[in-house]
Amino acid sequence: MTDLTALTIAEAREKLRAKEISAVELTDSYIAAIDAANGALNAYVALTPEKAREMAKASDAKYATGNAGALEGIPLGIKDLFGTMDVHTQAASHILDGFKPKYESTVTQNLWDDGAVMLGKLNMDEFAMGSSNETSYYGPTKNPWRAKDSNVDLVPGGSSGGSAAAVAAHICAGATATDTGGSIRQPAAFTGTVGIKPTYGRCSRWGVAAFASSLDQAGPITRDVRDAAIMLKSMASVDAKDTTSVDLPVPDYEAALGGSVKGMKIGIPAEYRMDGMDPEIVALWEQGIAWLKDAGAEIVDISLPNTKYALPAYYIVAPAEASSNLARYDGVKYGLRVPGKDITDMYEQTRAAGFGAEVKRRIMIGTYVLSAGYYDAYYLKAQKVRTLIKRDFENVFADGVDAILTPATPSAAFGIGDQDMKADPVKMYLNDVFTVTVNMAGLPGIAVPAGLSSTGLPLGLQLIGKPFDEETLFKTAGVIEQAAGKFTADKWW
Amino acid sequence: MSVDTATVKRVAKLARIAVTDDEAKNLEGELNTILGFVEQLNEVDVSNVEPMVSVVAVDMKKRVDEVTDGNKAADIVANAPASDENFFQVPKVVE
Amino acid sequence: MNALVDTRTTDAKRLIPGATGDWELIIGLEVHAQVTSQSKLFSGSSTQFGAEPNANVSLVDAAMPGMLPVINQECVAQAVRTGLGLKAKINKKSVFDRKNYFYPDLPQGYQISQFQQPIVGEGTVHISVGPDKKGNFEEVEVGIERLHLEQDAGKSMHDQHPTMSYVDLNRSGVALMEIVSKPDMRSSDEAKAYVTKLRQIVRYLGTCDGNMDEGSMRADVNVSVRRPGEGFGTRCEIKNVNSIRFMGQAIEYEARRQIAILEDGGSIDQETRLFDPVKGETRSMRSKEEAHDYRYFPDPDLLPLEFDDAYIEALKADLPELPDEKRLRFLESGLSAYDANVLISEKAIADYFEKVAEGREAKQAANWVINDLLGALNKAGQGIEETPVTPQQLGTILDLIKEGTISGKIAKELFEIVFNEGGDPAKIVEERGMKQVTDTGAIEAAVDEIIAANPEKVEQVKEKPALAGWFVGQVMKSTGGKANPQAVQQLVKSKLGVE
Repeated sequence: MTDLTALTIAEAREKLRAKEISAVELTDSYIAAIDAANGALNAYVALTPEKAREMAKASDAKYATGNAGALEGIPLGIKDLFGTMDVHTQAASHILDGFKPKYESTVTQNLWDDGAVMLGKLNMDEFAMGSSNETSYYGPTKNPWRAKDSNVDLVPGGSSGGSAAAVAAHICAGATATDTGGSIRQPAAFTGTVGIKPTYGRCSRWGVAAFASSLDQAGPITRDVRDAAIMLKSMASVDAKDTTSVDLPVPDYEAALGGSVKGMKIGIPAEYRMDGMDPEIVALWEQGIAWLKDAGAEIVDISLPNTKYALPAYYIVAPAEASSNLARYDGVKYGLRVPGKDITDMYEQTRAAGFGAEVKRRIMIGTYVLSAGYYDAYYLKAQKVRTLIKRDFENVFADGVDAILTPATPSAAFGIGDQDMKADPVKMYLNDVFTVTVNMAGLPGIAVPAGLSSTGLPLGLQLIGKPFDEETLFKTAGVIEQAAGKFTADKWW
Repeated sequence: MSVDTATVKRVAKLARIAVTDDEAKNLEGELNTILGFVEQLNEVDVSNVEPMVSVVAVDMKKRVDEVTDGNKAADIVANAPASDENFFQVPKVVE
Repeated sequence: MNALVDTRTTDAKRLIPGATGDWELIIGLEVHAQVTSQSKLFSGSSTQFGAEPNANVSLVDAAMPGMLPVINQECVAQAVRTGLGLKAKINKKSVFDRKNYFYPDLPQGYQISQFQQPIVGEGTVHISVGPDKKGNFEEVEVGIERLHLEQDAGKSMHDQHPTMSYVDLNRSGVALMEIVSKPDMRSSDEAKAYVTKLRQIVRYLGTCDGNMDEGSMRADVNVSVRRPGEGFGTRCEIKNVNSIRFMGQAIEYEARRQIAILEDGGSIDQETRLFDPVKGETRSMRSKEEAHDYRYFPDPDLLPLEFDDAYIEALKADLPELPDEKRLRFLESGLSAYDANVLISEKAIADYFEKVAEGREAKQAANWVINDLLGALNKAGQGIEETPVTPQQLGTILDLIKEGTISGKIAKELFEIVFNEGGDPAKIVEERGMKQVTDTGAIEAAVDEIIAANPEKVEQVKEKPALAGWFVGQVMKSTGGKANPQAVQQLVKSKLGVE
């Protein structure tokens, strides 16, 4: 038997449709691969093999009767942030100890409705707060990639680090992820995978534990652009249960692939060329520009003047919303309760023990910036800066730019327990410097692998699109993928 | 703007997170680093700029007034650390 | 929020005499009125009162991770209707904010409310205070500051268990309208009249059932005192008063308490207090003393609430007639202020009256509805909704009087029969021989009989013509009340020779 876990979603789909393989076989291959890898990678925090086999069996029945869905029999990993009925849903936090919801998030329900198979729940930064997966209560996920001739463990990025690592290590065919400031795109770039954060409002947020409501969006992490298109098509929907989900039909993203970018205008923002930028990243960006130019796209220099304010504004808006969103974790309705001498003490002890350091830090910042006398100076101001950031993009798109090309991250994956970042929270936050503007403006952004660093680690480029124009991103990312090729980690685990 | 330990403790109280003196001291440093970082926003002129309300301009969806949910008290308290006869139990609240 | 503005001029008759001089009482009210709706403000669970613990709770109400609010359009319409009923400015754009605080009956850790941009702005309520000893009413205008929509909290119960409180979220997420008055009231009577009027308006509109026993309407009362002519004093807020009578008592107590402190040279602490109806006192809620910092910010799960003029106009077009307009119409039809006030007090009473009065004499209809019907219902401990006498039946009784078929006295008896036994009044009159005697011959015989039997009274009538009434009464008595009183009077007078 060939290694079925090597197949992309599109390839597995073909073989399933042709009945060359069964969904149960495919699922069993993944379960075996997880058993072999997860001890080393720590990508999954909960496994659901019985459920997976049951779902796979049902998928085989569907294939037999010709009723197969778009993702019929495809084994997926689900980020622990998504509510999954009666299955471990803890946002990788101690405070949600033992929580098994009595509901299914809209996004995962959409996937199951299309026939996908659930392998388990994936590790992540606690409540999606982090860029390295190190804030997880379950310990860090390891990046399947290692530098050339090195056995130093690297972070897979975050917060969707478990998702990215599992996809890169072939222990799921694809994974759900979420992105609040870069949490899909940065880990995708660190692991040589494709990750798309769709336009805000494209995927329902219902049933996904909230971090920062005005920024959170779900999206897929996959091995290639086609798989991302296939998965997003299933994940996205209009949802009456989410007031902020947008009432637009979901296009067939896969159909956009392979189209020409000839004559398309690709913007290169001057402000993303930051002081002291890693020359490898600059070179990668130049390479990307060259590929798109070769494919017939018109490259234009653009300016997004408020770019540098996106990250500071983000570190007001996101913690502020988080401080309120995470107030519900109080030891009353679900999860951890640490007894206290009275109700207030119970709250304080529960939240002190239940939240990790990074989550507490952000709750504290968020509480502070919203507290009496500071609202205008911080939150209101940051929301105004957001308007300016969004306006920057609108101006550029109004000038005819179809998509914007930038690096995805300022560097390749770094080591677990990096001392610099430990000492200064802002250093860690700078990982999101290229991705966060997209969340602030609600735009779609895709990270696509574009090359390897001199040490052999994957590097990614980011494409930013107009609202609800994910099709252009898939098409353009496809061109880069075509030119750059695909990257697979050497198995060491 | 920077915070002192007393402010850190006041904020921790508001956020209902118990902090030890050591933790408060550490948080003071971290919070000041972050607040120092976001200080950059002072450079931006936001006069006559409307705050962002929604990144996508759409009308808010509304429900029709129908009872479509409820009658699942067992599910509601299923994950509760302490419950009795479908009530949540909490340490006694004194008013 | 707007600064407090003093809209009233000091009126000597409302001042409270203290040991060191007069004091003026200042009252502002925040009334929480539960919106009449099937389901909650942001979820599809029921608003029904009295369900089993946590039965009317959805995943949204219990603040499960990832749950999102979706607004109930009927609650929005109800708020707009109420705003129109308060003659208030309707804000075409309003915003839902989160009010952040921790409490076990607040599952989200925040209440969704409206802070800086409420759905309804300034309005006015006209109240009628009185009657005084002379039977006069005084008209007072109370300003409305705003009305906003918000979620109700759940309920904590403290006596089920020695060390635990029990939390039931059935009320969690039910839509409330918080109606904030300006500090325009100057006596407990005014405050009582205001809440009564507010209750009347929302009940007319059908936007709140006004049921204070079930907590559908409750008030936070802001009370302060000052020397006439001075600026506002420090106020205390009495929380969650759930009856109009208690509110009056709480205000009276609180005014005396504050005056006593100030006259002793003390000062008032701005604080939240609770009214204890058993002791008739207010007491400080020390547990809530901790500095509030609600960290309001727009709820990022919700978009701004926006609608256009057409939406407002459509709701306006469907509004029922409001108590003020109804009262005016009743006064124009010749009713007294007292009668009009009683009749409009409940929409159901006004509707009843209007059915009876249609095509009949308004004053007479009012008398019957107020004195006879409401009196009888009151005696029976019943509300207008339970009336055993339909407007048609009462109308028929009035018609029978007008036609001269029965006398007023018989009509009272007839009403009692209909009230207790039911039936068609006309038929009852027929079957039980209650018809008025209009046969002049028979009446004349009765008159003659009385005159003949009382020669000394006949003598006295010559001196005192008013005594003729005694003869009329005797004739009525001898005919069992069935003689036509006009005919009796005429005959008595002509036979006795008095004019």
